[in-house]
Amino acid sequence: MELAKETVLEMQHIMKIYSNGVVANKDVSLELKKGEIHALLGENGAGKSTLMKVLFGIEPPDQGKIILNGSETAIRSPQDAISKGIGMVHQHFMLLPSLTVAENIILGVEPRKKKFFIDMKQAVKAASEIAEKYNFDIDVTAKVEEIPVGIKQKVEILKALYRGADILILDEPTAVLTPQETEELFVQLEKLRDDGRTVIFISHKLDEIKRICDRATIMRSGKSMGTYNVDEISTNDMSKLMVGREVVLEFDKEPAKPREVLLEVRNLSAYNTQGVQKVNGLSFEVRGGEILGIAGVEGNGQSELIDAITGLSRKYTGEILLKGEDIRKESIKGIREKKLAHIPEDRMASGCASHLNIQENLFSNQYTDDAYSGKLLLRTKTIQKRSDELIKEYLVKCKSQKQEVGMLSGGNIQKVIVAREFSTGPDVIIANQPTRGIDVGATEFIRRKLLEFRDAGCAVILVSADLNEIFSLSDRLAVMYKGNFSGVFTDVAHVTEEELGQYMLGIKNDHRKAGAAK
Amino acid sequence: MAGNIFSADFVNAILRMSTPILFATLASGIASKSGITNMALEGMLLFASLFGVIFSSLTHSFLGGLLLTMLIGGLIGLALAFFILQLKTDEILAAIALNLIATGGTVLLLLAVSGDRGASTSISSVSAPIVHIPFVEKIPFLGEVLSGQNLMTWLALLAVVVVHVFLYKTPMGLKIRAVGENKNAAESVGISSKKIQYIALVLSGVLCSMGGYFLSGGYMNMFTKDMSAGKGFIALAASSMGADTPIGGFLVTMLFGIAQALGNLMQLTTIPTELIQMIPYLTTLIGLAVYSYTVMKRKSRLGVH
Repeated sequence: MELAKETVLEMQHIMKIYSNGVVANKDVSLELKKGEIHALLGENGAGKSTLMKVLFGIEPPDQGKIILNGSETAIRSPQDAISKGIGMVHQHFMLLPSLTVAENIILGVEPRKKKFFIDMKQAVKAASEIAEKYNFDIDVTAKVEEIPVGIKQKVEILKALYRGADILILDEPTAVLTPQETEELFVQLEKLRDDGRTVIFISHKLDEIKRICDRATIMRSGKSMGTYNVDEISTNDMSKLMVGREVVLEFDKEPAKPREVLLEVRNLSAYNTQGVQKVNGLSFEVRGGEILGIAGVEGNGQSELIDAITGLSRKYTGEILLKGEDIRKESIKGIREKKLAHIPEDRMASGCASHLNIQENLFSNQYTDDAYSGKLLLRTKTIQKRSDELIKEYLVKCKSQKQEVGMLSGGNIQKVIVAREFSTGPDVIIANQPTRGIDVGATEFIRRKLLEFRDAGCAVILVSADLNEIFSLSDRLAVMYKGNFSGVFTDVAHVTEEELGQYMLGIKNDHRKAGAAK
Repeated sequence: MAGNIFSADFVNAILRMSTPILFATLASGIASKSGITNMALEGMLLFASLFGVIFSSLTHSFLGGLLLTMLIGGLIGLALAFFILQLKTDEILAAIALNLIATGGTVLLLLAVSGDRGASTSISSVSAPIVHIPFVEKIPFLGEVLSGQNLMTWLALLAVVVVHVFLYKTPMGLKIRAVGENKNAAESVGISSKKIQYIALVLSGVLCSMGGYFLSGGYMNMFTKDMSAGKGFIALAASSMGADTPIGGFLVTMLFGIAQALGNLMQLTTIPTELIQMIPYLTTLIGLAVYSYTVMKRKSRLGVH
């Protein structure tokens, strides 16, 4: 690798504040050189995606400038970015399954013959030429729906190359790949680099960054923590720069008094909707009166674990015992009737019906209860009375219980959901990112409620990306990495964030060591 | 009866009955490929059959009548696109409205133009010509089938090929298919999905109006009230069973044509007419069931076990 490579692109002092007031990028600068693979490293929500959206013309920056090949430029749309030689491979592929690989590659920039027709021969030829040049082993005449995920990603890369991309943004490209496919991708990326192209590699997998990246820019909570030569920085230092937490809000909580086991997971392997295994033979139990916090970088199997426990997905093997009974054959309603409450990760998509009013949302999980429903009609008076009580108890700020839930603030929507879930008197609570993106007051309130239920003997599983939350609430703390617990800590107070970061990123992994013995 | 089935008349009947449905099926296919269900085919057929009579009588020419009718068809497609894409009306509701307007509107318009009630008896329209192919018509059976067809039937068969080439060999066709399959993916490479859907609906209207023209200027020689008689909906089913491809739609339409011609023939037997009249619709129903079953199987084969 020669030392002084020329700079192709600079992003200087980029500032981006979203309309909801979230500061996603604070004075971030990024410099890219010709012929390098540049890692963009950071936790979820650190601002990587926003920075790339600015670069790819999806979001306009509020401040700062972009300098491409020495002259200042504005990138107004993805098309604009493409025409300036910037290509992006999204995490969710933008491909058309029923078309062939070649058709996908040329879509929008079709070679023509006799003016009116697509020159398919030329298209196939051009597509296979680029594929060959970079050792992509692809049949360009195959339909996209028939090829595996790893190849689809290659099609996306080819698509960008066909449009003349000199700078290629890859958004967590290895998240969907098998180890073999990952290795293959790396060889191809190196080839692109040697060809003088620049690759931006977004990832939080340190071993991969060590393996193929030249330099790394590390981001944490919207700020750049600096750019480093990868061979001059240890994975430990990288993880320290990447994982950090703000001042801790301590709760004075009583020590946990664990009781009987309420939820037991035995040798669980779960699969996502694409059939990829995301949880690998996980076993654990949760007792009444304790909070099990699950930390981990998103996408390491947390969603699949929760979906299996709550009955939303049945794509799993192994056993889930709720109060000693296997729930595989239970309906979601059946599971809820066994007193399991679930605060879902995405409150707008699956947490509430945003066009219904507060009252209707509060009772959406118990409207069949005899207390609230007669033979034919709902008992409106009882429901109204109870709604008012809940709104008061859970401090929901609203005009009336007839107000549409979608009109409330995020924190108040979350309170409605929590009120609904907790008002059934649950024995097991699954809280997935219960305070994500809501105001401090609501956050504090929901955390206190979780502790209250714990003290009352409830078993709580808390999945959260907020380390602060995890540290202050958990009685036991587990870190999820590649579908299993890389570490479980009973003495939460003495876990350092540095240590936690190492487990989250797989630098340390107790499971791998213990795995053979089990 | 077997003799009747293998006669040239029978094949002729199939082609004649299939012609309007075939145009509408192709129209449905183009719209569906762009991601919009054109349920307004029924109304488009009806409007076109009335305007066909009016325009051919005004221009005293078949060609003038056809071209003006196609223009009207394109305008109706444009109006539908405007409601759906610009005003964001639900595509099904917009289509229902258009179909209802067609039912009453054509009768009213006919009355205003000619004073006729329900049938255009006083308008002297020009029908599409019959194509006699010299020499070929002397060949037994084949000659009878190939020669003596209405020009519109030939145009319908030609349209299958043209639409196929258009959808699968031209940049515009590729864009239509891309938009229909995944708007976001198409837009991510700079395709304006709105523009593409506008174009697809206008083309859909033009094609459908050709079928309407044949109804009143070929199949019959005048416009009668509600003469589309569900053909637009049959076409919708045919197109969907044919996976919205021109070739598939063509094959299914022929199947429906056979069912209909068979129904006509069986009226000569002792089987109750009520049962026989069910045949075309029963075929549609069975066909749709078979179709959705194969789609389901295919999906489960591709999906996760």
